Amino acid sequence: MEWLVAIVIGVMTSAGVYLTLRARTFPVVLGLTLLAYSANVFLFAMGRLTIGQPAVIDAAAAGYGDPLPQALVLTAIVIAFGMTAFLIVLALKARSELGNDHVDGLHRSHDEQETKQ
Amino acid sequence: MSLLAFNLPIVALLPFVGAALAAWASRFHRVASAWVSAGITVLALAFLAPAISIPFAGETLIQSWAWMPSIGLDFAFRLDGLALLFALLILVIGLLIIIYARYYLSTKDSMGRFFAYLMMFMGSMLGIVLSENLLQLVVFWELTSLSSFLLISYWQHRQDARHGARMALAITGAGGLALLGGVLLLGHVVGSYNLTDVLAAGDMIKNHELYLPILVLILLGVFTKSAQFPFHFWLPHAMAAPTPVSAYLHSATMVKAGIFLLARFFPALSGTPEWTWIVGTAGLLTFMIGAYTAMFKHDLKGLLAYSTISHLGLITLLFGFGTQMAAVAAIFHIINHATFKASLFMVAGIIDHETGTRDMRKLSGLLKYMPHTAVLAMIAAAAMAGVPLMNGFLSKEMFFEQAVFATETSAWAWAIPVLVTLAAIFSVAYSLRFIHDVFFNGEPKDLPKVPHEPPRFMKIPVDLLVVICLAVGILPMFTVAPILAVAVAGTLQATPPEYSLSIWHGFNLPLVMSMLALALGVGVYMIRERLYKLHDQILGRVDARVGYNALLNATLTLSLSVTRRFDKGSLQHASVWVIGAGLVAGVIGFMTVDAPLFGDRATLPIDAASLTAAIVLIAATIMTVLVHRQRFLSLISIGVVGLIIALGFVKFSAPDLALTQLSVEIVTIVMLLLALYFLPQITPKEVSKLRLGRDGVIAVITGIGVTLMTMAVLTRDFAPISEFFLENSVPGGGGTNVVNVILVDFRGIDTLAEIVVLALAGLGIYAMLEGMKLPARDRDAQGRLWNPDTHPAIMQTLTRLLLPLMLLVAVFIFLRGHNLPGGGFIAGLIASVALIVQYLANGIDWTSDRLKVDMHTVIAYGLLIGTGTGLVSIAIGFPFLTSTFEYLTWPVVGKFEVASAIAFDIGVFLVVVGATVLSLVQLGKLSRASHDYAAQQEKN
Repeated sequence: MEWLVAIVIGVMTSAGVYLTLRARTFPVVLGLTLLAYSANVFLFAMGRLTIGQPAVIDAAAAGYGDPLPQALVLTAIVIAFGMTAFLIVLALKARSELGNDHVDGLHRSHDEQETKQ
Repeated sequence: MSLLAFNLPIVALLPFVGAALAAWASRFHRVASAWVSAGITVLALAFLAPAISIPFAGETLIQSWAWMPSIGLDFAFRLDGLALLFALLILVIGLLIIIYARYYLSTKDSMGRFFAYLMMFMGSMLGIVLSENLLQLVVFWELTSLSSFLLISYWQHRQDARHGARMALAITGAGGLALLGGVLLLGHVVGSYNLTDVLAAGDMIKNHELYLPILVLILLGVFTKSAQFPFHFWLPHAMAAPTPVSAYLHSATMVKAGIFLLARFFPALSGTPEWTWIVGTAGLLTFMIGAYTAMFKHDLKGLLAYSTISHLGLITLLFGFGTQMAAVAAIFHIINHATFKASLFMVAGIIDHETGTRDMRKLSGLLKYMPHTAVLAMIAAAAMAGVPLMNGFLSKEMFFEQAVFATETSAWAWAIPVLVTLAAIFSVAYSLRFIHDVFFNGEPKDLPKVPHEPPRFMKIPVDLLVVICLAVGILPMFTVAPILAVAVAGTLQATPPEYSLSIWHGFNLPLVMSMLALALGVGVYMIRERLYKLHDQILGRVDARVGYNALLNATLTLSLSVTRRFDKGSLQHASVWVIGAGLVAGVIGFMTVDAPLFGDRATLPIDAASLTAAIVLIAATIMTVLVHRQRFLSLISIGVVGLIIALGFVKFSAPDLALTQLSVEIVTIVMLLLALYFLPQITPKEVSKLRLGRDGVIAVITGIGVTLMTMAVLTRDFAPISEFFLENSVPGGGGTNVVNVILVDFRGIDTLAEIVVLALAGLGIYAMLEGMKLPARDRDAQGRLWNPDTHPAIMQTLTRLLLPLMLLVAVFIFLRGHNLPGGGFIAGLIASVALIVQYLANGIDWTSDRLKVDMHTVIAYGLLIGTGTGLVSIAIGFPFLTSTFEYLTWPVVGKFEVASAIAFDIGVFLVVVGATVLSLVQLGKLSRASHDYAAQQEKN
């Protein structure tokens, strides 16, 4: 099971890195979202994997999953949402100010042709 | 409590309050800020007054409060003789400058700004001289650099003022960094940053191997501030400041700060060959260069600037001699220079003010137009030249005596009296020039204004200073002797040596040197025209500023070329560097560890459901990349990824995370969909196959690295700190859901910071979208028309029915959060989704009419409640956001504990709802604005 999780994290990281290196804002936002997923799962996995043992105190429970990474990841998910929201709006702002969606704000004419199609 | 327990910080900090008051007062009347500043200065003097007797009794007053004990920083002030002398100079001359400046500034100049800067500067200077803690001293030192920058650039419209200010800031600021380094080393060696300890540890410091670095770094600070060669050139350029500023900064304060530090560290650092060589050489060179150059400046203030440099060199040279007698002479000259130089600057300001020029080639014969000013100038200039019966004569005699005395130290030292006399000749010549060129020398020719005496109160400060020059010069024992004695004692931290202040010491070598200087000085002035020509041909072309600018430009070019190598203005390029660097660091990390990659912790078996989910997730991830150019499709597949992650959290015992991930996923996708509407639907194909290949390789290697790293961790056992949370969750936090208790209780401050970030993101989004318009499209990527029916009836009906149910779920999740999966974050997201669905289904107008809540207010209340619960625990006497376990033991308020944690969670809930709904609704409004915009465009 550990391998499965590790591979999933790796694939999401790869995809995230690749998309982050793209030249247009939307794929970059998707890439960062994927990176955020993989970082969250990675962080979560640092508490090791446990099945069926939520960290809710109960006299009958045999054991508990590590609650600390969970608490960290919970806020990380919300912050990642805030970041994604901010980025995508930044992308909109860039498009409105510069007239294109290139990450460097360049190639205006190129982009205009694209949208006219 | 006696006033003597806390008056020193008040003296130092009062001017800062005065700065704010002065800026505020100028709203009511033009000169109100001048009166406020004067009042504050008098008040500061009044606070200082009760402590004045302490240094005279031979004691040191220390007022200290612990500030950051872990780094040795105390909030500590000290008053000994040296500090007292400087504090009095700063306050008294400051007061005179304030009176003078009130008449000097024209109606066009902003009084409030001027006096605010001046008061800030005064406070910084007082802070330096009154500091007991060295780190605190450095802070005030930096403040003088900053406030003098503001003062020098006061006339912001003038380029020379801006350049001069920037140069002064660059040089004194760099020196300040060196000083900080020196002080840190010094504190490291002594083991304390308090002056009392440092001054007592002189021998230990001088024998320490770090002595030389400490000395050099501190002296760099001193020399840059006090304009010593080779850092002297900023001072003349700082003359672009209004004259009252020059009079203040270059007589009693800014440049004296460096000298003050020399005196302050005299017991701790002086008396070694290194000290004598570095300080003495810099002082001698500065003394000579300043005196020589002053002669050739045609600008009144330029002359005074170089004269100031020269006199600072003289004082530095005296300290460089390192003897106790030399220190006496140095302190004496500090007092004298402050008085005569301040009056001369003010005279220069008066002349500039009343004639419209400072050029000595145009000025002449002013004696009959302004006789009063002329007399003042003559006395002050005579003091500067060292004419008998003036204060300058006395300290110069002492200086000559020390120069002669120094010849005994080494074989080459016979040169010192010769060089010193040479410089003194030029001092006489430029002093004479200041008087003769301006007040005599024929009739004035084409002056911009008809000259006349200035307003009375512009002269009164000069009157007072000139009277001091004379009184000290004629009756030293009855005027300056007591304060000099106590200042010397403060400098040496010991009983001062025997010295005589009498005017007549008999016919000796120093007197001969004085007479020689006076006679030859007149001679040099006589042949000035020829000297000007000679100077212009040779040395006049040397300008230290050229070197400074070349150095500055070289530094800028270097840093630019380094930056350009990494930052080509392209995000892609920069990202490759960042990721690549991380990759390299990671690979090195793997390579350099000998331990086996994987540990031997038992792994969990794979089950069919998990395998399927993982395969779907991986497929969806790859799909997202493959179809990323068709943005809508990739958005759908990334949604699948997020949902399966939520399932994973369910599987691996993290129900809270699953709920959070699920609700965040919905909000994120809705938002990206809204945004995608305004972006191109298709990403254009990238041309460079090379770049795609490179990025692919980087991506794959990163992925493999992360996988291996994860496995390396997951196959090893570990000792988590989570036991503490599991054990204390119920007794300490009063909740069985440990994750939630950690969030709202154990790590409450983290959570508070996180909701602040979220609130800022929401507000930032609001601000960015406000007023934005983007072209709205009526067709999708395939050219099909969008459905104009934005609010389908079935969806409307359904969502309206669902709203109370969804809110009920949110409340339920919220309330059970402390004991079962749930809590403020999740409930907030669910409530947000409930509200956003209303906006989506019914339109913004419809919903806004019914939901009359401003989301800004919601965010504000959330933060207020979150912070408020923390403050409550402070009010009750526990640290901020303390775990409320303590209250549980109280029999009556036992229940209050639970309420406090829930209150904090309400804060979290409100911020999440506020920020999320605010962002999405603002995005929705963008759509409406853009449609209106598009309609308008069509009409036109």
